Formats: sequence, structure tokens, C-alpha cells
Amino acid sequence: MSDQADSNRIETGQSGKSLFGQLELDMRLMGMVGAFIAIALVFNFFTDGRFITPRNTFNLTVQTVSVAIMATGMVFVIVTRHIDLSVGAVLAIASAMGAMMQARWLPQVVGLEYGNPMIAPLAIVTCLVVGTLIGAFNGWLIGYQGIPAFIVTLGGLLIWRFVGWYVTDGQTIAPLDQNFLVLGGAEGTIGATLSWIICALAVAGAIFALYNARKAKKNHGFPTKPLWAEFTVGGLIVAVIIGYVATLNAYDIPTGKLRRLFEARGDVLPDGYTEAYGLPISVLVLIVVAIAMTMVAKKTRLGKYIFATGGNPDAAELSGINTKLLTVKIFALMGFLSGLSAVIASARLSVHSNDIGTLDELRVIAAAVIGGTALSGGIGTIHGAILGALIMQSLQSGMAMVGVDAPLQNIVVGSVLVFAVWIDIQYRKRLGIKV
Amino acid sequence: MSSNPNTGTPLVELKDISIAFGGVKAVDHVSIDLYPGEVVGLLGHNGAGKSTLIKCLSGAYQKDAGEIVINGEHAEIRNTRDARRYNVETIYQTLALADNLDAASNLFLGRELVTPLGFVDEPAMEAETRKIMGRLNPNFKKFKVPVSALSGGQRQSVAIARAVYFNAKILIMDEPTAALGPHETQMVAELIEELKAQGLGIFLIEHDIHNVMRLCDRAMVMKNGQKVGTVNVNEVTDEDILGMIIMGKKPPQAY
Repeated sequence: MSDQADSNRIETGQSGKSLFGQLELDMRLMGMVGAFIAIALVFNFFTDGRFITPRNTFNLTVQTVSVAIMATGMVFVIVTRHIDLSVGAVLAIASAMGAMMQARWLPQVVGLEYGNPMIAPLAIVTCLVVGTLIGAFNGWLIGYQGIPAFIVTLGGLLIWRFVGWYVTDGQTIAPLDQNFLVLGGAEGTIGATLSWIICALAVAGAIFALYNARKAKKNHGFPTKPLWAEFTVGGLIVAVIIGYVATLNAYDIPTGKLRRLFEARGDVLPDGYTEAYGLPISVLVLIVVAIAMTMVAKKTRLGKYIFATGGNPDAAELSGINTKLLTVKIFALMGFLSGLSAVIASARLSVHSNDIGTLDELRVIAAAVIGGTALSGGIGTIHGAILGALIMQSLQSGMAMVGVDAPLQNIVVGSVLVFAVWIDIQYRKRLGIKV
Repeated sequence: MSSNPNTGTPLVELKDISIAFGGVKAVDHVSIDLYPGEVVGLLGHNGAGKSTLIKCLSGAYQKDAGEIVINGEHAEIRNTRDARRYNVETIYQTLALADNLDAASNLFLGRELVTPLGFVDEPAMEAETRKIMGRLNPNFKKFKVPVSALSGGQRQSVAIARAVYFNAKILIMDEPTAALGPHETQMVAELIEELKAQGLGIFLIEHDIHNVMRLCDRAMVMKNGQKVGTVNVNEVTDEDILGMIIMGKKPPQAY
């Protein structure tokens, strides 16, 4: 009987949708995009138009990459009701091992000459392996030994950075390999032409994905949204992609730097020659990570199990999911991403110093939480976490540009974190979603 | 003195099962069998050990002693994955649903349909879910929302669909009607009749004596971890069964 009433309400609810409702947009995501745009406009006003410029867009995204990559992994960790406080420390030890590999061990112990093309790949693999192994070990302690994740990773927070300190004797390690630095951002961009090609591929991919989703729904006879709504959503996505690439392509490499580049090749810089940075390789890495992690979350069994375990750990266990092994996998993935962030962070700074990644664990958790990941488990998205990271970085660098005192910057960021979660709770309450 | 009316090979034999938790004997040398097309009720007070006994079969607990025989062959059940391999499906009292996922994701949890590339085939899963729900509960329309938004009966039908879809041979139902209204209880009763007719064996943990008299062919009563006795339901009155549950008194028809 109650069945009947409920289903009636649902049916009428569907036909009575507002024009905006037919777009089937994620309102939470729209809210975050709105907040991000508002932040950008406010800072742009207070910096006399210096915030929304090609140059700052470039810097902002390059600075966001390392935290954003780790935030995608933190989504899985938090969705399964765990936490990882050790990501900054794991980043530091991975960075230390990678830096020692390229600046000390490979040249001095193995005997590879400086600049050997094998150095960068070996250093990168070192970072990734170190991160993955530590993550897997954390996962084993949590899943199989039953130690709470908070404790294991709080210990890790204290342990790993200082293991790194012993590895490097507390020294700052430089110079890093030239090929390695390409992953840092400004030292490695792909130029305007290649950026436009990637832009075209991205647009084609987005349209293909939308088309495929609609076709799949039709094949199974499920309701689809009206065609104009599909076109509006598609148009928005395409506009954002093209807008971002066009902005970066409008940012020219400074003349001094160009001259040095030409001199290094034995050429002279022609008068009036300009060249755009284009997409940084580190941003491409983030995009690849974002797509891969979204696929894992939505399209694989692993992703299904992560969300099921977060929603009801007992049910997952009773459904035959090996939740212990799942925990190891999730933390190993988190470790892998911390290792990847170690590559990008140390390449961006072009040195390894012992304080690299300090407080990153808090930025990463904050990014995931601002991005809508619920600490009670079962809820969270990859794109939300990346947007969360971008919002955090915008606030931080925007305030620095405006000249806000450093202590006040932290006060503002902390308040925003609490405020964002409060808004989220209110929003879910009004929709009647249990948190 | 009456006896088991069934002949042939039982679907399941639980032989001399014991399990203890820190010195407390939750199940103490209990045996019961189940034949195709019959419903065996497991009765007793809270804490009598019936849920614990049945969890040894569903793989949630490990028995300390005894043997499980399925279709005449020794069965090794160490976890829920093993149990599923023997076509043992369980509908838990808590329903064991992931509240944040929709009906299709819950139905296929742990056994997702995948495309040739190894990705989860969401549309196919939803289509299959619509098919089976159309049979079990034609009023069910909420395929796109998390199951936390469903009523008790709707959640129950998702849990039942999960067991039925994967060709259960042996079905364990732990108080399937406890949280349901009269209309939904009727629906579950009809479903049990239908599954029986298809040749499934069903273990039914039940407190409501009327449901026992109506749905079960045989009933086994436990008290303090021990078996009081087994009766053929059509040979006894509800008074007899209540006497077994409350006093541990074995009527002459019991075996």
C-alpha cells in the first residue's frame, strides 16, 4: 500500500520537473563551481584584475596538481570510513628516495653520468614504488591487524618524514635531473599546437561519452533527458575545456627564458618571436589520474566495493567482498598517488628538501571534504575532490596576492573548511539524505 | 514417536555442529537436515543459538566442531564466498544492504555483471533488476535512488531478489517478516510458497508462531544452544511448539 503511494509520488515528480531540473545537473557540484567562480571574481576585483589572467591560471593549476592528485586517492580512503594522515610524510620519503636516486646513488654508486636518459625514469619508479609499498603496509596494518587507520597513519606522519631525514642526512638534495624537472610544471609544457590537439581530443571524448551514455539508456529503454538539455550540458563542458586551453595558450614564455632556451640550443632568439607555454605536463598527469580514478570509482568492481563497504561494511563482508584485502588495495593506491605527487612536487621545487609536503595531509583531507566526501563513509566523488583542491589553492594564493597576513590566511582557510561542511550538512538535511 | 517424512538425499545436513564464544556454548551438538521443496522453521528464544547455527552454514561464522554435508557430499564453508559457491543464499534480518547504493548495485553486490573489457555493466544490471523486481514486486519503481530511500517492504524485496536471482538452492531467511506490514508479510508468504514449488529448501528463522504454522513443513526448536526436538508441523498444535520453546518440553510427536 505504501508502495503504491510512494511510486505515484515518484512518477508525478518526474513529469513535474522544472526546466532547470531537466538538465539533471548535480546541484552540489554546481554549488561548488559557483563558489569557485565567486572566489575568482572577488580576488580579481581586489587584485585589480591580476587574478583571472593567463599567468595566474597557469600558476594556480600547477600549484594545485600535487594536492589534487592525492585528494583523488583520499576520496577512496574516506569513503571506506578510514583516514590517511601520513600522505605528506609519505610524499617526503618518496621524494627523498627519488632525489637520492637521481643525485647520489645512480651517478655515484651505479655510475650513470649526469643527464643519462635512464636517470629520470628510474627516479620516478623509485618514488612510485616507495609510496605504494608504504601505503600497502599501512593497509595491511589496518585491514589485517585491525589497528585503526587514524593511529597507523598518525604514526606514519611522525615516522616517514624522518626516515627521509636519515636517508638524506637532513640535507637538501639538488640538482635534480633535467628530464625529471619536466614533470614539475613551468619547466615542462607542451606548447600551443599540441595543446590545441589535446583540446580537440578532449572535446571529442566528452561528446562521445555523452552520446554513448544516452545510447546505452535508450538501448535498455530507460528514460533519457530531453535533447536540448543534453546539448546544454555538452556545450558547457566543451566551453570549459576550450576556455581553459585558450587561456593557457595565451600565456607566453618570458623573453629572458626564451633567449636562454635558444642559447642552450646554440641559436639566437629572433626579434619579436613569442611562444606560448600551453598545457603543463603535470596538469596532463592530473587529468589522466582524474579520468582513471573516475573510471575506477564508477566502472569497476573495485570502485563498487569501495562504495559498498563505505555504505555498510557488514553488508559488504556478507556479500563476499574481501574487505581486508580491499583496505590494502585502497591504501596502496593512496601511497602510489602520494609517490606520484612526490615526483611532481619535487620537480616543481627543483630540489628535495626535508620539509616538502608539510601539512599536505591536512590540505588533501580538506580538499576531499570540501569536495563533498562524507567522513561517515559511502559518499564522495573524484571531480569534487579536485575542485575542492582548486578552491583551497585559489583561496591561499588569492589571499597571498591581495597581501593578507599569513596568520589570517590560515584562519580563513580553516573557517572555509568548517563552513563548507556545515553547508553540506544543511543541504543533505533539506533533501532528506541521511549522512 | 514420529519421524522425518522425507526420503532420499537431503539438500543439507548439519551434523553435530558446535560453536562456542569464550566458553559460552552458543550451539551445542545440534543436527538438522533440509530436503528440496520444504521449509524448516528454526525456533527458540533470543539467544537460543538458532542464528548462530545458521551462520555456520551461511559462512559468517566458523563452526568449532561437526560437519556440513550438501547434496550428500562433505562441504567446506569458511566464508560467505564459499557458501555462495554451494548455492546457499542468505537473507539477513538486517537485510545487509549498502544504503548508499541503488537496488541494482545491491542486487549484484559482489557478483557484478561486467562488459568484455572488464568494466561494470551498469545498464545491463539495471535491466536485469527491473526484470526480477517486475516478477517479485511489480509495484517497485525506485530503481535510481539509494536503498536508504526505500520502505521496509521495498528493501526486503531487494534483499529477496538478491537471493532468488542467483539460483539459490538453499535459502536461509532470518525473520523475513519482522519489520513488515500485513500486506508485505502476505507477499513474502506467497513468495516462500512459490520458491518451495520450485524445489528450493528454505531454513526459516521465525518468532511468530502463526507464521510457523502457516509456512513451515517441519520445525526444529532450540533452547540454550541445545536442540529440544524436531516436529512435523502438521502433527502438532501451536501449543505443543510453544511448550517446546518456553519450557523445553518435548512432545511425543517430536524426534
